[in-house]
Amino acid sequence: MATTTAPPTVINAKLNGQDIQTKPGTLLINLTKELGIEVPAFCYYEGFSLQAACRMCLVQVNSSPKLLPGCTTIVTEGMVIETESPLVVEARKSMLEFLLTNHPLDCPVCDKGGECELQDMVFKYGAGESRFVDIKHHEPERPFSPVVYYDPARCILCYRCVRVCDEGYGVNALGVVNRGVLSEIAPNRGDQLNCDECGACIDICPVGALTSNTYRYKTRPWEMKHVGTTCAHCSNGCKTTLGVRNDEIMRANNRDSSGLNEEFLCIKGRFGFDFNHHPDRLQSPMLRIDGDLQPVSWSKALAAVAAKFNEVKAAGGKFGIVASNRTSNEENYYLQKFARTGLGTNNIDHARTGDVVTLVDALSGKQGKLATMADLYQTKAALVIGSDLAQQHPLLAYELRRNWRHHQARIYAMTPGPVREDKYAAATARVAFGEEIAALEGWREQLAKEPELLILFGDSIKGASLRQLVDFGESLGIPVKYVALVDYANSRGAIDMGLVPELHPGFVPSGQPGLTLPEMLDDSQLDVLWVVGANPLANRSQANPKAFVVVQDLFLTATAARADVVFPAASAYEKKGTVTNVTGEVQRLTAAVKTMGTKTDLEIFGLLGKEMGLELGIWSPDAVFNEIRQNVRGYNVTMPILATGGAAPTTPVNGKVNVETRSDLVHSAGDTLFTSGSMTKYSQVLNTVAERPGQLYKPV
Amino acid sequence: MSIALSAATEARWQKILDAYPEGRKRSAVIPMLIFAQDETGIITRELMEEIARRAEVDYLQVEEVVGFYSMLRKQPLGKYHVQVCTNISCMLAGGMELWHHACESLHLKNKQTSADGLISIEEVECMGACSWAPAVEVNYDFHHHVTPERFDEIILELKGKG
Ligand code: SF4
Ligand code: SF4
Ligand code: SF4
Ligand code: FES
Repeated sequence: MATTTAPPTVINAKLNGQDIQTKPGTLLINLTKELGIEVPAFCYYEGFSLQAACRMCLVQVNSSPKLLPGCTTIVTEGMVIETESPLVVEARKSMLEFLLTNHPLDCPVCDKGGECELQDMVFKYGAGESRFVDIKHHEPERPFSPVVYYDPARCILCYRCVRVCDEGYGVNALGVVNRGVLSEIAPNRGDQLNCDECGACIDICPVGALTSNTYRYKTRPWEMKHVGTTCAHCSNGCKTTLGVRNDEIMRANNRDSSGLNEEFLCIKGRFGFDFNHHPDRLQSPMLRIDGDLQPVSWSKALAAVAAKFNEVKAAGGKFGIVASNRTSNEENYYLQKFARTGLGTNNIDHARTGDVVTLVDALSGKQGKLATMADLYQTKAALVIGSDLAQQHPLLAYELRRNWRHHQARIYAMTPGPVREDKYAAATARVAFGEEIAALEGWREQLAKEPELLILFGDSIKGASLRQLVDFGESLGIPVKYVALVDYANSRGAIDMGLVPELHPGFVPSGQPGLTLPEMLDDSQLDVLWVVGANPLANRSQANPKAFVVVQDLFLTATAARADVVFPAASAYEKKGTVTNVTGEVQRLTAAVKTMGTKTDLEIFGLLGKEMGLELGIWSPDAVFNEIRQNVRGYNVTMPILATGGAAPTTPVNGKVNVETRSDLVHSAGDTLFTSGSMTKYSQVLNTVAERPGQLYKPV
Repeated sequence: MSIALSAATEARWQKILDAYPEGRKRSAVIPMLIFAQDETGIITRELMEEIARRAEVDYLQVEEVVGFYSMLRKQPLGKYHVQVCTNISCMLAGGMELWHHACESLHLKNKQTSADGLISIEEVECMGACSWAPAVEVNYDFHHHVTPERFDEIILELKGKG
């Protein structure tokens, strides 16, 4: 008679003499980690495939005559494990001696020195002497690309870089060529890389074999201050930790895995901070005197603008205010208050990059419909419409891919051209912009079978088609969440803070008519055009050649060049405040550096308001954020989450927005991995990589 | 296609490619490399690119394989590649002396080719012919219990064949 035994739910084992219990299927190395016992490891890396290449994690197990690698050994019933026995200690010494046989021991000049895993391990577990007397095989250091450098002599062949690139990013640009002592990492195009240039391989390298051109040989880790803040570029809102020395950003990474992106960063987040110290940064206010922009003092520039604003206001003249996709929530909130209560105008708008307003309206009355970043990693199924995620929303692409790798999530991609998701998607379709809704019907049956769905859509879905999309989603009979893709670091915060004429902060209808961005530019009666961190006159002029133009920016953009007054603004890395990412999560900005002569936009608003004699309230970021928390629906977020550098989800609205929104104005700039709007020009890194400017929907 | 292989090699490629299920064509990379090398004697970049394309892998993945296996060669060798085993069984039976004899009599060093391109030599590890040590392999043909005298005869035969 056949008997069946239920699979065990608990495994009993002995670890260093202690009885322990664990779940079936637990990797030995994870068990020791849980119990706070260190088993040294190089090639093992959580989240990636097992490699067992370095043999650093060898432990003694009763069932085996030989030592076993803890990183690939599953704990089984009755196992007796020793992690500190003399044999294990001896093995570690030998493995390190072996790894060092061809390692140059140039720690004093190596970038990794001070935070090198090999250095730490040799210090802790290694032998002081080597028996190796032969000549080391040396190959010179070489560039794989303008950002990634490789020093083969330092490489310990752990395959971490190969796996992060292939499995993590889906790029697969690195491999290992040759054999034995001649083995080395090779890039995918002969001696050069053709890849995302994300630098993840550099950060994951346990030693100094892969280094970054922006950082190498410049400083040592302990000489820097490490400042956690939010990436200044795209809407995904990666947390980044800036290494700062002498008021200069030396590097960016997120090795502590804090924040919603854990260790992820793309090229813009990891290397694209260099715009910050570009020599063209504006460092003094400028006033147009005798037809030319000339540097003047802050007081003179502020007085000139205040006088003009007061004059136009008194005469009942017309203001137009163009706000930014990158300024902080506090600045946005303060600016719209300045416009509405200080100047008495509703003519305020920004370049809208995603139709969040219609989405929020279409979902009114429903709960939990807006996805957070965590949902991307957890959802069972996701549908991407009209966006090349790997190019336009790198973190979202990474999270979906990670979800697929770890949880077999099913991804559906409906785009006008091939995208990286094609490789692993459950279904993909080439559908031209505007035809998506009709095409979706073809997937209805399949999608309705999913337990849940997360829909991400680009700027081709807006207004009526967005309402149709929501109807479609809600008719599937499964839980559906949505993400309206927007472009920049605070595109979402711009809408939430009411930088549109039709809405006050928190999606409250303004009830007053106001000019939209194109209307302002086309208005030949406009008296003042006030542009904050935007470049609306890049390819056109304002209809009134006499309009008084005030610009706040980092650089002398085309718009700034046409201005009557230019204020040099601080960058996102130079200010305190908050931004809201594409999935509606609020994160903190922390001032890491300062550029002489600049002021934050918030300070400029505050000083200008004061100069005009307005009562707009305190302009400290904390005070304004408090006001936001009290007044803006959905922004009453948990402070400790923010204070510790986390992402606090917002919960916007739960009712009809009841406003005619100009969905037709929604337009994504179509930035790629290697562009970042008008900031692209000022990042040397983005301009030197061979892959620039990137490409959306490459022809098949 | 940028490289021209004989119909026979093409057929061998196709057969091996068909032997693996969809999505697993990577498995065919090594046999494809060997079949092509049998015909051309050398693995070129174009060849690796072509194999990468057909086996649906990245070029670098083919390059990794070629770099790893010493049987796959990016440098041309002689028409007759003479491999002498000096691994333990053969060494005990005189393999090392045989190898030195090979080098001296042909005036060649390891992996070098004669000026006329006819003969190249290589010191190799175990070829699985231990029972008949010392063993020599010329291309795919084995010669057993080879003495220096027998070695000279083999070389003469090869030269005779041209
Ligand atoms: S930079 Fe990024 S994409 Fe390029 S090789 Fe390294 S990990 Fe891969
Ligand atoms: S380069 Fe670094 S990460 Fe890559 S295999 Fe070598 S040591 Fe490991
Ligand atoms: S994905 Fe976006 S937020 Fe993240 S590092 Fe790249 S540009 Fe910055
Ligand atoms: S960590 Fe186990 S073999 Fe590398």
